[in-house]
Amino acid sequence: MIKAILIFNNHGKPRMSKFYEHYTEDTEQQIIRETFHLVSKRDENICNFLEGGLLIGGSDNKLIYRHYATLYFVFCVDSSESELGILDLIQVFVETLDKCFENVCELDLIFHVDKVHNILAEMVMGGMVLETNMSEIITQVEAQGKMEKSEVRAAPLSYLLEF
Amino acid sequence: MALKIVKGSIDRMFDKNLQDLVRGIRNHKEDEAKYISTCIDEIKQELKQDNIAVKANAVCKLTYLQMLGYDVSWAAFNIVEVMSSSKFTYKRIGYLAASQCFHEGTDVIMLTTNQIRKDLSSPNQYDTGVALTGLSCFVTPDLARDLANDIMTLMSHTKPYIRKKAVLIMYKVFLKYPESLRPAFPRLKEKLEDPDPGVQSAAVNVICELARRNPKNYLSLAPLFFKLMTSSTNNWVLIKIIKLFGALTPLEPRLGKKLIEPLTNLIHSTSAMSLLYECVNTVIAVLISLSSGMPNHSASIQLCVQKLRILIEDSDQNLKYLGLLAMSKILKTHPKSVQSHKDLILQCLDDKDESIRLRALDLLYGMVSKKNLMEIVKKLMLHVDKAEGTTYRDELLTKIIDICSQSNFQYITNFEWYISILVELTRLEGTRHGHLIASQMLDVAIRVKAIRGFAVAQMATLLDNAHLLTGNTQRNGICEVLYAAAWICGEFSEHLEDPMQTLEAMLRPKVATLPGHIQAVYVQNAAKLFATVLRKHDGETESQAAQETSQLLIDRLPLFVQSANLEVQERASCILQLVKYIQKLQQKNVEVAEEVTALFAGELNPVAPKAQKKVPIPEGLDLDAWINEPPSGSESEDEKPKAVFAKEEPKHSRSRHTEVDEKELARRREVRKQEQASNPFYIKASPSSQKVYDAPGVEHIPVVQIDLSVPLKVPGMPMSDQYLKLEEERRQKEKAERKKKEKKKKREKRGKERKADSGPESEEDITPAHQVDIVTEEMPENALPSDDDDKDPNDPHKALDIDLDKPLADSDKLPVRTHRPEVLKSPAEDRDGESVPQETKKKSGKEKKKDKEKDRKRSKEEKKKKKKPKEVEEELLESQPEEAVQSEETKEAAAPPTSTSAEASDLDFWLSSAPVPPAAQEVTAPSSSAAAVDTSSAAAPESEPDEPKDTEPEDTKSSKHKKKKQKKEKEEKEKKKKKRHHHHHQHHGDAGGEDSVQNGTVEEEEPLPPMSNYSLLAENSYIKMVYDIQGNHQDESKVVVSVIFENKSDSFLKAMEFNVLDSLNSKLQRPEGAGAHDSLTVPFQLPPGVSNEARFVFSVQSIVMPQKLKGTLTFIVKSDESSTHEKLDFKLHFTCTSYLITTPCYSDAYAKLLESGDLKGSSLRLEGINMPFHHLLARICFHHHFSVVERIDSCASMYSRSIQGHHVCLLVKTSDQTVSIDAKCDEPSLLGNVLDEIKQTFSKC
Repeated sequence: MIKAILIFNNHGKPRMSKFYEHYTEDTEQQIIRETFHLVSKRDENICNFLEGGLLIGGSDNKLIYRHYATLYFVFCVDSSESELGILDLIQVFVETLDKCFENVCELDLIFHVDKVHNILAEMVMGGMVLETNMSEIITQVEAQGKMEKSEVRAAPLSYLLEF
Repeated sequence: MALKIVKGSIDRMFDKNLQDLVRGIRNHKEDEAKYISTCIDEIKQELKQDNIAVKANAVCKLTYLQMLGYDVSWAAFNIVEVMSSSKFTYKRIGYLAASQCFHEGTDVIMLTTNQIRKDLSSPNQYDTGVALTGLSCFVTPDLARDLANDIMTLMSHTKPYIRKKAVLIMYKVFLKYPESLRPAFPRLKEKLEDPDPGVQSAAVNVICELARRNPKNYLSLAPLFFKLMTSSTNNWVLIKIIKLFGALTPLEPRLGKKLIEPLTNLIHSTSAMSLLYECVNTVIAVLISLSSGMPNHSASIQLCVQKLRILIEDSDQNLKYLGLLAMSKILKTHPKSVQSHKDLILQCLDDKDESIRLRALDLLYGMVSKKNLMEIVKKLMLHVDKAEGTTYRDELLTKIIDICSQSNFQYITNFEWYISILVELTRLEGTRHGHLIASQMLDVAIRVKAIRGFAVAQMATLLDNAHLLTGNTQRNGICEVLYAAAWICGEFSEHLEDPMQTLEAMLRPKVATLPGHIQAVYVQNAAKLFATVLRKHDGETESQAAQETSQLLIDRLPLFVQSANLEVQERASCILQLVKYIQKLQQKNVEVAEEVTALFAGELNPVAPKAQKKVPIPEGLDLDAWINEPPSGSESEDEKPKAVFAKEEPKHSRSRHTEVDEKELARRREVRKQEQASNPFYIKASPSSQKVYDAPGVEHIPVVQIDLSVPLKVPGMPMSDQYLKLEEERRQKEKAERKKKEKKKKREKRGKERKADSGPESEEDITPAHQVDIVTEEMPENALPSDDDDKDPNDPHKALDIDLDKPLADSDKLPVRTHRPEVLKSPAEDRDGESVPQETKKKSGKEKKKDKEKDRKRSKEEKKKKKKPKEVEEELLESQPEEAVQSEETKEAAAPPTSTSAEASDLDFWLSSAPVPPAAQEVTAPSSSAAAVDTSSAAAPESEPDEPKDTEPEDTKSSKHKKKKQKKEKEEKEKKKKKRHHHHHQHHGDAGGEDSVQNGTVEEEEPLPPMSNYSLLAENSYIKMVYDIQGNHQDESKVVVSVIFENKSDSFLKAMEFNVLDSLNSKLQRPEGAGAHDSLTVPFQLPPGVSNEARFVFSVQSIVMPQKLKGTLTFIVKSDESSTHEKLDFKLHFTCTSYLITTPCYSDAYAKLLESGDLKGSSLRLEGINMPFHHLLARICFHHHFSVVERIDSCASMYSRSIQGHHVCLLVKTSDQTVSIDAKCDEPSLLGNVLDEIKQTFSKC
């Protein structure tokens, strides 16, 4: 099970957070801070696994992260997940973001956090890996994007009709 | 209305959207909080509008703010509004917001049930998808209950996109609503073979999560997963399955054996590191599970270690980390294979990556031996000096202590060295682990009596140099060691060279800056030292020294009397007064030493941490029972009005209770003392080591002789390194000496606690520097050996511990919405939501009858609740002919379990069969199964249209896809089974003996050959029956006979009836209402070449004698041209072995059992046994249901229990080809018979 997926930048500002277990907003912020603290002081070129933080999970849990330019992608998982598998999953996630945003950068994530959530929802559901095939993920995301567009275009029309 | 909308859309143009909000926040870095609070106000305004677009926009912004840590639960209702929008865009926003901030405590959640249900059944797959995704995050028990059925339906949706989401969310539903697991499980299992890889992967995912928590319930799926593993190419799925197998193998070692080969193949072939790693991990798990039984897997271990070494040597830090992680798992069972890589692991200690260093430390923990402990610790000490950053240094410190103290100081040969290490560690600056070092010092000093002299000397030095430790306020963590030092010096002050000096050191004014609890110990132990000094000068008339000591105390103690710490103050003033009084006596030349030392007489023994918990409740003691008569009703009535005294009442009664208790306790204490005296397992403090102060004179103080090979006084701080050199020298000397006196007796094992198999043989040679006696921790007598390690009662997975092989009962159904009071339904309806209306119509006519039947069934089930699920289900099937009128649905309900049960029994077969090369299986399976389906679907329904039990024609007509599939599965399995059977046949062709294979006595091979307990029951040209008898765990008078029927002919066998002539002692359990001589219908038919298993329950009264029951099987042989009625007689042999149940037993409980004297002995000798000892043991375990309690070289103790609770203990010894078995049992005739049977087993070899 994946317990949480966090994206934050080099300064610890959250860019997306998804918790698959309920925490209060305060605890969530603490977890983000603690995770940032653990992850940010690690050098590049050292392993991407960390024994879990204190707040989230306990001893069974691991933090698995990757650092891309200005962003950290952190997955908090328990022992049923394969460490290397999750690293691959992060890679798939980032590549998918890259495809969907066309050359993704931190700003895309800042302004379109809802879209990031929607992409993630096609990959991970309720803490379990749903899909790992990138083209399948992109197909579904795009199909929903199209639907949204058609609705937005239709929207003003519906107002006119109600006049 | 129209105007409002226009207004709304105009407003909207000026509204901020999410991007504006983000931009705004970024532009207001200084007053972010203020800016956001105005934004929230705006959002509140927007939410008040009717326009859903505006609302959705507001909710979208709230979701963002929630991420920043703002509580948005106040908008929960608005979120629900947006969720229920008809537009996908808004719906998605709503569900996202809900998934981010809804939880079980959100009260509006209950408003969403219908909306979600609507979305789930939406024609638009993305509406459904979004609802499922959202629901997966905030599903509550209520939602799970109400929606489980809808989600079940979605699991068979036409679109794989929906299917995979529905499958995945079921896990969450199970967690919240465990009752849904059983009804949903068959369909979930079906999805393991879904054509869409995404759905398949989702199903694997869910089952893996479930199985991880409750693996035993999923063992029956092993064959299916095995098939998936050998056929799937999806690495994600493979990883999950392989991980799952890792969880299953500990429960079923046979599974492990089967897995090794395909896993090794994968290890060799895969290029994906993740897969390779998981394979290695699971192979390790398999090896661990097998290690108890058979150690011959060195090739696999070597392969794993080799691959791991490659990982560890890789430049990728991730692989290095994982390699070390996996290595530590191997270490537990195969330390030797890891120890050869010590170089590599020590190298990792220098890695720049802390995670890797920590992993390497973990590994070192398991790698130490008596030989290398000093060397490894020396390396670690070097690292301690080098380490920057206190966290890592503290970790090193704890590891050093862990390594040294593990398993009761097993690896320490020289405790002086260890004390020196501890003292050296006190020089660490700013460590948090002062208390850890302190507790080690205390532990060693208390438990290793021989070291006390040395320890006391070292502690005295420490106390003397206390200023070094306390000089810096930052170091206050370390001053904890002074606590230990003071106590050790005080308690064992008889070893002190110069107690006066130490006393002086302990009373320096600087001490007052130490933490209170340490000061308290100082004061208390100063008094002990005082006593020692007095004692030393006892007998000298007008001892100057003694009086000086008193004066010293009187001078210094007032400092402590003023202490702010209550404990210090209290102790100091007490002792001060005492000393003053003593001084007075001294001045009068009164001998006081004896009285003073008596104050501190007695020895403290360590107590095991679990001791209190393990005190068994004495027989006949009911803790809930009233000790006094409960207050009579009238009394309490009287007291009721006096509310004022109500509070006092319980106090009063308690004090009364304690009075009684004390008497009782005193009595019990007496009894216990007597028991202790006669109990050899109770560790008594040996009188010689006790401080005997009653007798006057110094000569009574025990002086422990220490072999002073090391100079005791080390100036300043001791250096542990020198011990390393000394130890080397000592060992060499010893070696030389030993060579001289080779014939000398084996040295006695030191410390009774040491296990005989504590280390490799070479280690046994290393003797400790001096004889040490490690005092073991005290445990209460009769301590229970069970390690009931408390599981978390709040674990949600506990509720999911559900037996899935049991057939579905009426109670196992998902709630369905109904418009009128619910009528009794069969579970099948619930699963097929679509067919509900039609079926209810059909049923109403037959309802009455069915209800009756159901009641009957239920009562039966209740009665047999304790039986294995299998039997219950069989009875269901057996009773079917009578229920011929039954409508179709109930039959369908019964159908799926058939396959599951077949599978359960199949599992044994699958596992017990010799490993078939997976590739071959792969190729042959599809074709043969296809053939099987052809024959059965063609032959079965057409040839027996009148057979009520078989699939009826209308059934086939309706031919639901699902059903057919199940059938296919079943057929396939049967076919496979048959194949395996053939395999057996070939085997026993080689062996020569007619039924030798079924007895499991195939010729011996080095790795234990596959064994089977099934023995031949009867055979003719049509059918062959083999059987096995197993005791029932739950019922002391029932045994289960599993019979496998194999059709050897080319014809169809049907209407099989099984009957046994009951004896007075053993009776076949027949369904209620059946006569004592009625036969039981075997609940299946056999197509040509197929075999299947049925179980029959027998009740037995006495189990001390073996017994044979005559029986008959009748059946109809149906070929294309004709059908004949055939009969086959058999004799069921109930051996005494079959009444034994493999029960594990702890060695201490075992010893106690033997001690008890209730058991009668008998013995047996077997000549000419030329099989390895572990094979012999494995055979006894397997065929006679014993478990090994303890094994030492060529001697093993074994244990088993009969279904009626008789204990059977064996002591098996072997010396060249002769095996002698000494046995004890509380029932001599049972024992005699069991021994006869064991003899028989081995005579067949």
